[in-house]
Amino acid sequence: MLSAVFIYNQKGEVLISRLYRHDVKRSVADVFRVHVISSPAAVVRSPVTTLGSTSFHHIRYDNLWLCAVTKNNASAAMVFEFLYRLLGLGVSYFGRFDEEAVKNNFVLIYELLDEVLDFGYPQNMEVDTLKLYVTTESVRSSRSVAADAAAAPQSITMQATGATTWRRNDIAYKKNEAFVDVIESVNLILSAKGTVLRADVQGQIVMRSFLSGMPECKFGLNDKLVLERDGGGGGGGGASAPAAGGMGRRLGGTGGVGDGESVEIADCQFHQCVRLGRFDTDRTISFIPPDGEFELMRYRTTENVNLPFKVLPVVRELGKTRIEYEVLIKSNFSAKLSATNMAVAIPTPPNATKCRIKVTGAGAGKAKYHPEDNAMVWRIARFQGLQELSLTAVVDLAPTTKPVPWSRPPISLNFQVLMFTASGLLVRFLKVFEKSNYQSVKWVRYMTKAGSYEIRI
Amino acid sequence: MLPNDRGYRFSGVESSRKVHDLRAELTSEKKDPRQQRKKIAMKKVVANMTMGNDMSPLFQEVIACMSIPDLEVKKMVYLFLINYARARAEIANLAVNGFEDDLNDPNPLVRAMAIRTMGYIYVERVIESLIDPLRHCLRDRDPYVRKTAAMAVLKLSMFDRSLVEEERFLDMLKDLLADGNPSVVANAVAALTEISERSPHIKLKLNMKIANKLITALNECNEWGQIYILESLMYVVPQDSSDAETIIERIMPRLQHGNSGVVLVSVKVISYMMNYVSQVETLEPILRKLSPPLVTLLTAGPEVQYITLRNIQLLLQRWPTILQNQLRAFFCKYDDPIYVKLAKLEVILSLTTEDNARVVLTELTEYATEIDIDFVRKAVRSIGRIAIKIELAADRCVRALLDLIQTKVNYVVQEAIVVIRDIFRKYPNRYESIIGTLCENLGSLDESEARAAMIWIIGQYADRIDNSDEVLGTFLESFLDDTAEVQLALLTAIVKLFIMRPTAGQDLVPKVLKWATEDVDSPDIRDRGFIYWRLLSTDPELARTIVLSDKPEITAEGERLDMPLLEELLLQIGTLSSIYRKPPSTFIPFAKKRVLGV
Repeated sequence: MLSAVFIYNQKGEVLISRLYRHDVKRSVADVFRVHVISSPAAVVRSPVTTLGSTSFHHIRYDNLWLCAVTKNNASAAMVFEFLYRLLGLGVSYFGRFDEEAVKNNFVLIYELLDEVLDFGYPQNMEVDTLKLYVTTESVRSSRSVAADAAAAPQSITMQATGATTWRRNDIAYKKNEAFVDVIESVNLILSAKGTVLRADVQGQIVMRSFLSGMPECKFGLNDKLVLERDGGGGGGGGASAPAAGGMGRRLGGTGGVGDGESVEIADCQFHQCVRLGRFDTDRTISFIPPDGEFELMRYRTTENVNLPFKVLPVVRELGKTRIEYEVLIKSNFSAKLSATNMAVAIPTPPNATKCRIKVTGAGAGKAKYHPEDNAMVWRIARFQGLQELSLTAVVDLAPTTKPVPWSRPPISLNFQVLMFTASGLLVRFLKVFEKSNYQSVKWVRYMTKAGSYEIRI
Repeated sequence: MLPNDRGYRFSGVESSRKVHDLRAELTSEKKDPRQQRKKIAMKKVVANMTMGNDMSPLFQEVIACMSIPDLEVKKMVYLFLINYARARAEIANLAVNGFEDDLNDPNPLVRAMAIRTMGYIYVERVIESLIDPLRHCLRDRDPYVRKTAAMAVLKLSMFDRSLVEEERFLDMLKDLLADGNPSVVANAVAALTEISERSPHIKLKLNMKIANKLITALNECNEWGQIYILESLMYVVPQDSSDAETIIERIMPRLQHGNSGVVLVSVKVISYMMNYVSQVETLEPILRKLSPPLVTLLTAGPEVQYITLRNIQLLLQRWPTILQNQLRAFFCKYDDPIYVKLAKLEVILSLTTEDNARVVLTELTEYATEIDIDFVRKAVRSIGRIAIKIELAADRCVRALLDLIQTKVNYVVQEAIVVIRDIFRKYPNRYESIIGTLCENLGSLDESEARAAMIWIIGQYADRIDNSDEVLGTFLESFLDDTAEVQLALLTAIVKLFIMRPTAGQDLVPKVLKWATEDVDSPDIRDRGFIYWRLLSTDPELARTIVLSDKPEITAEGERLDMPLLEELLLQIGTLSSIYRKPPSTFIPFAKKRVLGV
């Protein structure tokens, strides 16, 4: 269990120091600074550093170091989850979590730390519940905080210890709405010869719920296992492929089974509100959602990934002084859709001196050499579906006395495509049941973005 | 709102002036109807405390603030007490009255806070006055107070173990296991587990009935509580296979939890319970279900990925069939942190089979051109280990290594030579044709291990390398400056040369024997020198059989853990111990050794 938590700024100055156990002294904060923060090694070789019987677990965020100290054989995964969650709390409370936010809110942070850890054991870290009773005026006032400042202590303690710690039971909205965002990150490693070495999709379903009371939700996807079990029949109505036009799509109240495609989900993980036992028995996703935004689930697919872009690079080293590039990119999704904010980083050797770059195709954007990143960056504001764009470049290299080996880092892509899922995943339905039987409106959006989209050269 | 962002560090004088000023603020008689002045003064005290300035002289004034009816001020006072009470035990006693008031407060949050804070203050008088109220708090009508009280018992036991036993707090904790509130159950479980972990004579043992109850409570618990309960299941010793199967089946759904701590502790319990499953057929489906969640953890933050990878490596050694066909999930992304890359490399190697060796090799060759030296070396080394592990892939590995040697990147060449030596040992008389290429790189070898490897190769094939005597002669010139590793290799290689080609070696042998026995400090080298000397001078034929005898076969499994250690580590999945591959007792003084079946 945790013996202490420290927050440092970039220079290693202690901004927050909270000890939970008598087996460490405040001075261990210096040990971590000396051995890790001020260590001459440019790269951190491990997220955990054990010196003697003291272990320091750290994560970095913005200009902060968050460090948890343990003196036992701690469950390292739990410690890091705690740190991630602490970070989340900071962001949720202060909007940004950086040195300034920590300095401006240090009293509140100490209150939080006293609440979220008892004797080093993580307790309740649900932001909605915490905001009921850990507040100070320096927090940006938000709707919920103001309304609940006077909540009765008994209802707070029930909330903080009950079976649904993530939701208060007195939430009321005039209009009951839920927004579902399906956000996929597609990961690719393509070999220089054009073989797909690895392609998978990490999906995230983020829900923003503005629902009154204690709503029971049931959520359905075109999960292959479910559709096969249900006989795949049905047809008509309900979900259909995410289509172009509009930013979102309203979900029918009673989602019928769409015919078409189903998706083989390799694995998924759920927010703690989802009843895992139910999912294990019949793959039903049922839950009482937290209020506001939360990540309902994460999933992973590895089969039949629709790669939104094909990239065909040719990189020729001509002698020691010159490299020629030809990079062809084809979009592989419906012509009605388009990718936005696309950036292609094409690495160049460190001794590159000049790049002559030409891009061709309609709306081919601009490419520029960024010597500080050792790369040419090609930006395309909008890349239409079923389109081809290409870049050619000649890069001059400075002559060197000793051959400089160039590791040829991969070309990497960044993009986002709305209303497209690389996995083919669709939301079939979201049903909301509440005892007051209100009507609710549900919306769903889809987006696919580049995770780590690497094309080796 | 820090009082002064820039004036962080105070000299002694400044510090005492600061204390003086704050004292004035805390005791000011000025009108302060809403306690705003005191609140600001307290904030300054806390800020100074954070910076490491000693605020303990303000003890009396701060304690006086305890009576201020403001929760925020109270929390700051408590924080102050936690920080300084131990150093100033005599004044900590002054706080007792304040605590007693709070313990009787109608607000459960205040009662809980008092009990929580008192538990942190390891001062005789405070602890004494905690005992009675604690008993009441463990039965408080409010669950928040009960869960806090459960933790306070643990705090108490760390202060004085016997106190907890004498005052029958353990029994009260056990009663809380049946509490109707999940958070209370979870904290009681956590406290009991740690108390038993630290006590020399208390041993937690849970029977199936309790285990089943706890598992039922899992569904109601928040994520952290789930971790504590799952952790406690490691203290269940199943009576038969069906007990184990029941537990496995009931906690399987936890693998889908979004908190990696929950997932890994579930894996730990499942892996532990699998030891008790009698039918091998029952294991297969379990193992199949373990794989996807483990791969999913590789999408978490890099720190969690690292922990997962280290544990996958352990699981793979015990249950080689998990993660079949998942190889590609472990391919490195260019921007993975180095610790993730290195850990992935180990897993890749474990997952390499005859069928996928080719894909792996292409991948490793790719890594061998990256920038981080450790990573590149490990990639090269891995190629060599695949050659040794999978005979069918050996040819391809050797070709890949030769290509890498052509890059002339110094550390790549040296690493390659080291692994090629092992390949020669594993497959004698198969790859001698490449020796010529190796010899082109003699000049660039400046690391002991690589020099020793090259010398071994030349000695081993002294009869087939035309100029082996010249090459060894060159090495011999710097004999006295070399490391023991190189000296030892050179001594043996020259003796081999002499036995195989007496005329070529006859000038070198006396030289090396003389240096080895007279000018070297290392007893190993001296002893070996003398042995060779006597062997050669008494019975050359015997020398031949001994020096050129067949070598014991080497395997690629050098980094495998031996079974008892592996089993011990598997009981520690997800913990630091599993990352370091060391039993907890090696770095945690109080850790109890845990072995299977006890």
